[in-house]
Amino acid sequence: MSYKLETAEHPGALRRVAIDAVSRVEGHGKVTILLDERNQVRQVRLHIVEFRGFERFIQGRPYWEVPVTVQRLCGICPVSHHLAASKALDQVVGVTRLTPTAEKIRRLMHYGQILQSHALHFFYLASPDLLFGFDSDLTRRNIVGLAAAHPQTAKRGVLLRKFGQEVIRITAGKRVHGTGSIPGGVNKAVTREERALLLADIYQIVGWSRDAVRLIKELHAQNAALYNSFGVCRSNTMSLVGANGDLEFYHGSLRARDAGGNILFDDVDYCDYSQHIQEEVKPWSYMKFPFLAAFGKRNGWYKVGPLARVQNCDRIPTPLAEVERREFSDYCGGLPTHAPLAYHWARMIEMLHAAETIKDLLHDDDILGDDLVRTGTRATEGVGVIEAPRGTLIHHYRVDEDDLVTMCNLIVSTTHNNQAMNEAIRQVAARYLQGREVTEGLLNHIEGAIRCFDPCLSCATHALGQMPLAVELVDAEGRLVHTLARNGDGSFACSGD
Amino acid sequence: MSANFTIDGKTVAIAEGQTIIQAALAAGVYIPHLCYHPEFKPHGSCKLCTVKVGGRQSASCTTLAQAGMVVESDTPALNDERRTLIEMLFVEGNHFCPSCERSGDCKLQATAYDLSMMSAHFDHFFPNRPVDASHPDVLLDFNRCILCSLCVRASRDVDGKNAFALCGRGIKTHLIVNAKSGRLADTDVGLQDKAVQVCPVGVFLRKDKGFNVPIGKRVFDLKPVSAYVDATAALAKEQQ
Repeated sequence: MSYKLETAEHPGALRRVAIDAVSRVEGHGKVTILLDERNQVRQVRLHIVEFRGFERFIQGRPYWEVPVTVQRLCGICPVSHHLAASKALDQVVGVTRLTPTAEKIRRLMHYGQILQSHALHFFYLASPDLLFGFDSDLTRRNIVGLAAAHPQTAKRGVLLRKFGQEVIRITAGKRVHGTGSIPGGVNKAVTREERALLLADIYQIVGWSRDAVRLIKELHAQNAALYNSFGVCRSNTMSLVGANGDLEFYHGSLRARDAGGNILFDDVDYCDYSQHIQEEVKPWSYMKFPFLAAFGKRNGWYKVGPLARVQNCDRIPTPLAEVERREFSDYCGGLPTHAPLAYHWARMIEMLHAAETIKDLLHDDDILGDDLVRTGTRATEGVGVIEAPRGTLIHHYRVDEDDLVTMCNLIVSTTHNNQAMNEAIRQVAARYLQGREVTEGLLNHIEGAIRCFDPCLSCATHALGQMPLAVELVDAEGRLVHTLARNGDGSFACSGD
Repeated sequence: MSANFTIDGKTVAIAEGQTIIQAALAAGVYIPHLCYHPEFKPHGSCKLCTVKVGGRQSASCTTLAQAGMVVESDTPALNDERRTLIEMLFVEGNHFCPSCERSGDCKLQATAYDLSMMSAHFDHFFPNRPVDASHPDVLLDFNRCILCSLCVRASRDVDGKNAFALCGRGIKTHLIVNAKSGRLADTDVGLQDKAVQVCPVGVFLRKDKGFNVPIGKRVFDLKPVSAYVDATAALAKEQQ
């Protein structure tokens, strides 16, 4: 595990280039790059300057409010927070096993979420880079440009996402920020009319998901050198896996592998997460750096998300996605790949799996049931872990005897991937910026590496090319010598020498 | 021959002793209101039911209906004033609808929607009002109190417990629990009390309820507050 380029020896003598701000969930991040007089990259850091107030302001609130409140962390994958909190609070209300209807409704909601989030990320945010190139014409490198050049692809992306949103609306009550999951179960099932509505489209959705996997495979084949080498950062991986090592997004146990694919731990009860995961604080970032406790700070960092999950599991329990997983594994020679761009391939395999799972759930009559909630003996603590679209999500709460939350700890997907994203952008900066003048296209390579991991970041950074960015060159005496700024309307302004 | 008056041009019959709002609601004519409740003496505090009678404004919950009155209610000018009153209520408390379990079942929210309130306009006060979760069955979230005094009246006049009071004066007026400790747990308030069921907003919360009513089935998901003949009764049913 390399920490090269994390900290330069004499930063005061180096020029500083900053991408500020790179936005993420409910907050902002920035990238700083230090260059020497020959434009050699000496230090690269992704700083997350977020303030995660949720852990504090949820304290003193009644526990049943939490699944609805904490989902406001995110507008892209609120269902993940909604369900992770619900799972933690199931334990608080003493429910260890949901009714079949409740569990399947929650699964349906979650797989709808995976489908819409993956479609959003791939088609809206990532595919313009992949189809046009990182340094292609900026004015085309967005969903509008995609719709003009590849209308069928763009349309399918929109409709895939729409379908996932409909699944969420039907199970949670609203497309964004619903209330369907409550401690101990759910507050609604699916009606026959709602099931018929979804069944009318699901086969088309499965077909389009297969085509999406085909598209990303073709992109890999067309430019294997780029896809296999861009930002590669070898690391451990971690995810939930289901029974028999199945790919599992809703519930399972924790498994971690090393960079070579060897199992580090398996079948770990996620309630014991704090025994296996610790977090390091670094003075230059507000986001902590989690690591596997047994392997220490330097060697214990890991990746989560689609690439980790698809390679961490033993099989995918739906047939079409399993065929794709095997082909992906064969392409990688049976060994784990650590190429960030492979995240997109894994993400599309997961989207296909989500579509297949939704199809199976829609044919299960349990989703029409009326046994929605269970109760049990009150407890004072609960841990809920779920595989959110972009990785493992941990919610941990303590609740007092008056039903008020006294402690909340959230470890979100982006936090797990902190070190990996830093390593990836260091690789990319070293390869593309070395000895060159900074341009928008080069900047976009760095953003592209971040996008592989976290569509919440990508969402803001890739918002139709309008994310405000400012790059400043400062000389060794701290004088501003050159700035390149992308304004909110997508226009560019340069100043300085 | 019964006595009548007109409200927005519609003729409304008067039963003896009725106020304007009582006669109007009985005739199916909606007048926005929050502190008015058909089972309690009028309080006249929210002023949302203000109407214009003979060119003068007065609270329709405290004004007796009289034969021949010409009442204006659903006018742009009056609705502008009502919207402003609602906006002030929103900024005086901490009304975070997105995480409130009474969202969809809240008269304040429903009335705001009905009056097309788009934002609170004024600076929020963000008062510091800790919740009282001491009672095993009922949680009090004072953040949402609009000082309608319905719980005070219900506890005093119906439950006979006198468990609540409005304390302080002017802008510092606030709801308190009438116990030496100030805690709800130290009263004899129970789930069946009228005081617990009458809150038009989200102060009184049953601990066994939470978000168990799905979106789409809540009282004001079904129709707007102005379309209810008796929104108070619909809410009471929901809260039982």
